[in-house]
Amino acid sequence: MNYNWNWGIFFEQSPEGTGSYADMLLSGLVWTIVTALCAWVIAFAVGSVIGVLRTLPSRAAQAIGNAYVELFRNIPLLVQMFLWYFVLPEMLPESWGTWLKQLPNAPFYTAVVCLGFFTASRVAEQVRAGIQALPRGQRMAGTALGLTTAQTYRYVLLPNAYRIILPPLTSEFLNNLKNTSVALTIGLLELTARARAMQEFSFQVFEAFTAATIIYIVINLLVVAVAGLIERRVAVPGR
Amino acid sequence: MFSNFDFSVILNSWRYLFFDGMAFTLTLTALAAVGGVVLGTLIAMMRLSSVPVLPQIAKVYVNFMRSLPLVLVIFWFYFLVPYIGQWIIGAERPIQVGAFSSSLITFTLFEAAYFSEIMRAGIQSIPKGQGAAASALGLTYWQSMGSVILPQAFRNMLPVLLTQTIVLFQDTSLVYVLSITDFLGAASKIAQRDGRLVEMYLFAAVVYFAVCFIASLLVRRLQRRVAIIR
Repeated sequence: MNYNWNWGIFFEQSPEGTGSYADMLLSGLVWTIVTALCAWVIAFAVGSVIGVLRTLPSRAAQAIGNAYVELFRNIPLLVQMFLWYFVLPEMLPESWGTWLKQLPNAPFYTAVVCLGFFTASRVAEQVRAGIQALPRGQRMAGTALGLTTAQTYRYVLLPNAYRIILPPLTSEFLNNLKNTSVALTIGLLELTARARAMQEFSFQVFEAFTAATIIYIVINLLVVAVAGLIERRVAVPGR
Repeated sequence: MFSNFDFSVILNSWRYLFFDGMAFTLTLTALAAVGGVVLGTLIAMMRLSSVPVLPQIAKVYVNFMRSLPLVLVIFWFYFLVPYIGQWIIGAERPIQVGAFSSSLITFTLFEAAYFSEIMRAGIQSIPKGQGAAASALGLTYWQSMGSVILPQAFRNMLPVLLTQTIVLFQDTSLVYVLSITDFLGAASKIAQRDGRLVEMYLFAAVVYFAVCFIASLLVRRLQRRVAIIR
């Protein structure tokens, strides 16, 4: 392979004038993590609500939950990104649209909202599966003790369901983290975008992508380790 | 809201969208799915084999691919494949690889990691006694895999494999980052040429939704049929 390796490239100044190429990748990493965490807050909250809706006795609630999941799962994430970024401002009343378009960091907010609602549909699937995996007796026992439906969910079903679905939720979180890279198409300067920019400025393709690859793998390992800690922490003793 | 909608832009471009764009998307999906399942099955067999080192290699490959974002992998192969090609055929310079072959290689190798996890579950769903019975009858490893275990594993896992193919169909939209004219790429080009982003992106979303929704309904029907037979 006649490729000129230059691993020192990371310490060279990037043409953006804001530091070395290594700084550039690190700033990308920060955006990736911040976006993933903010999106996860939305995904977890909305996903839990939708997941619960799908397990309620009410037919209407189930239909709403199912419709949400079908809608968000059957459109590619990239198309959803474009819908939020390019289409939504045009569909709103003009003053709102203008405000949205002039928002500083618009790619970031768009990515957070888009990823949040997208991942919520996946979290909802897991929450529903977790609740349905519980023995029916738990819900009945809750009712027999005089708990309302809301109390049954809050004190009986959800605490158990979340414990069951912790491993799949971890992999959804990792998917969410990897999916932040799709936001480079709307201009979010996250890790993959920065590696790509570094490649364009310096022509050191493989160094740039190797660095990004290693960073992604390290974050993955960290997340898996933290999830393991949480799992042990919240495990019900004696089970 | 829809008052200044211009539907004529869709009418004027639907041939291009479907015959150029969607044809690319569907071809890529079909070929990558077939390649991914074949390679994925081989990786799953490596993962479950008793030959030393093979399971570790398979595990590293799968975990490696699964911890990277697809967009990064697309970029990786786009730049790497010309060099690998040069290395294989011993050419003077990095060889020219078309956008289609580059994305086909990417998706096959990337999806193989996901398909292999499905096939691993499929192979493990077959009772151990069947493999033992096959070798007691004198079948070799490849015979027992080919005529006893894999056919049943495929059948059990068919709905999951098809669901993953729907995911793959959606994922192919990411070739957009290489400016390839897949369905979304075509929609995006028309959108930018005519300044009709709203119409084109909404139309693309509707088409993707319709295809994926109908396909997943069909998979669910198939799942019920498979379930009855078992």
